[in-house]
Amino acid sequence: MRVNLTVNGRPQQADDVWEGESLLYVLRERLGLPGSKNACEQGECGSCTVRLDGVPVCSCLVAAGQAEGREVVTVEGLADLAGRRAEGGELAPVQQAFIDAGAVQCGFCTPGLLVAADEMLERNPNPSDEDIREALSGNLCRCTGYEKIMDAVRLAAARQQEAV
Amino acid sequence: MDFLRPASWQEALAAKAEHPAAVPIAGGTDVMVEINFDHRRPEHLLDLNRIADLYEWEVGEESVRLGASVPYTQIMENLRAELPGLALASRTVASPQIRNRGGVGGNLGTASPAGDAHPALLAAGAEVEVESVRGSRRIPIDAFFTGVKRNALAADELIKWVHIAKADGPQQFSKVGTRNAMVIAVCAFGLALHPATRTVRTGIGSAAPTPVRAKAAEEFLNAALEEGGFWDNGRIVPPSVAAQFAQLCSGACNPIDDVRGTAGYRRHAVGVVARRTLAWTWESYRGARRVTEGAA
Repeated sequence: MRVNLTVNGRPQQADDVWEGESLLYVLRERLGLPGSKNACEQGECGSCTVRLDGVPVCSCLVAAGQAEGREVVTVEGLADLAGRRAEGGELAPVQQAFIDAGAVQCGFCTPGLLVAADEMLERNPNPSDEDIREALSGNLCRCTGYEKIMDAVRLAAARQQEAV
Repeated sequence: MDFLRPASWQEALAAKAEHPAAVPIAGGTDVMVEINFDHRRPEHLLDLNRIADLYEWEVGEESVRLGASVPYTQIMENLRAELPGLALASRTVASPQIRNRGGVGGNLGTASPAGDAHPALLAAGAEVEVESVRGSRRIPIDAFFTGVKRNALAADELIKWVHIAKADGPQQFSKVGTRNAMVIAVCAFGLALHPATRTVRTGIGSAAPTPVRAKAAEEFLNAALEEGGFWDNGRIVPPSVAAQFAQLCSGACNPIDDVRGTAGYRRHAVGVVARRTLAWTWESYRGARRVTEGAA
């Protein structure tokens, strides 16, 4: 079947999509957007997190056909999205913060964490540690032990506060 | 495989009548896992995402009419006052990503003994409204779960609404797992006090082939509270009564040993959370009484 959707602001069309295919597969294998990662395929790890009509979801659990006509933002679109929020730059602030805080090791979980953290900061510019933990509770990292990731999100929040 | 995308509820019912084996998919948090892992290859997937009715809820006099696809996130954020037990249970579902997609209709459709919503629905009192081209009917929650991952739906029926009694007293939900997020219950327990009828209702998850109520425990506690005049005098429930209640809740379990825990552990843990949730709800009932009396 054919699926039409908007990805990172651009209308896209995927052909020959199998009916049982996930949105994640469409993004990675048909639209050439490998930023969202494929790991557990059961919604446990969060590495495939994207925004579907603004809401963070595991793209491995969205059937491709369910994304018909909807808007998807992946990690590849985070900088643009930040630009539209007037937080322009080559990277979204949360991406820069992950680099500056050393929150990336192997990097596999990073795209999912970035999408989840960015959405939380948009909703909640001044998060407590509990808020951050809750927002990232569906994203597993097997390298860093989360401390640097917490640092990165706190840093992004602090910079966002300064900018206001 | 065919992907059916009805644009309205009537179209969905017609599609289900035509293809009774079609698998409904809303949040996809159960169905997609089975497809991703090759555990299921249905001939038809029936997508319910475009049916707006299923994402709505209405707060009535006596009950809340909850659309089958209302995501857990919405329940947590919007129905805490009316459905405190279900809101608490919703908070324990997996992660934000999953709570943004999954809802009670899918939980009931899957009918897993570990479904997080079930103990809260059993304790609050609920009816599941299902419909087919033949008409609609309401299935009491006590008659809904018929076996492990089996429910009372006919092949051509879809779940439309869940009618849940509005809380008339404190409710609690407790879930045992290895961490706070992303956990399937080792066991779970829901408790609702119903001061209006001077009754207590329970729901046990993950400790029997289906979610169940601890009816003997409820009857014992109802009688003990009545006999001691506790609903009126607001005294603390005596430890002996709480212990007996906990023991009867354990006795209502019919658990198995599996990777998450042993049957013995589950039975014990259900007793512990039964006692705790009784203490929490009763304490808040007493607190509410004091406030009411103070104001009078």
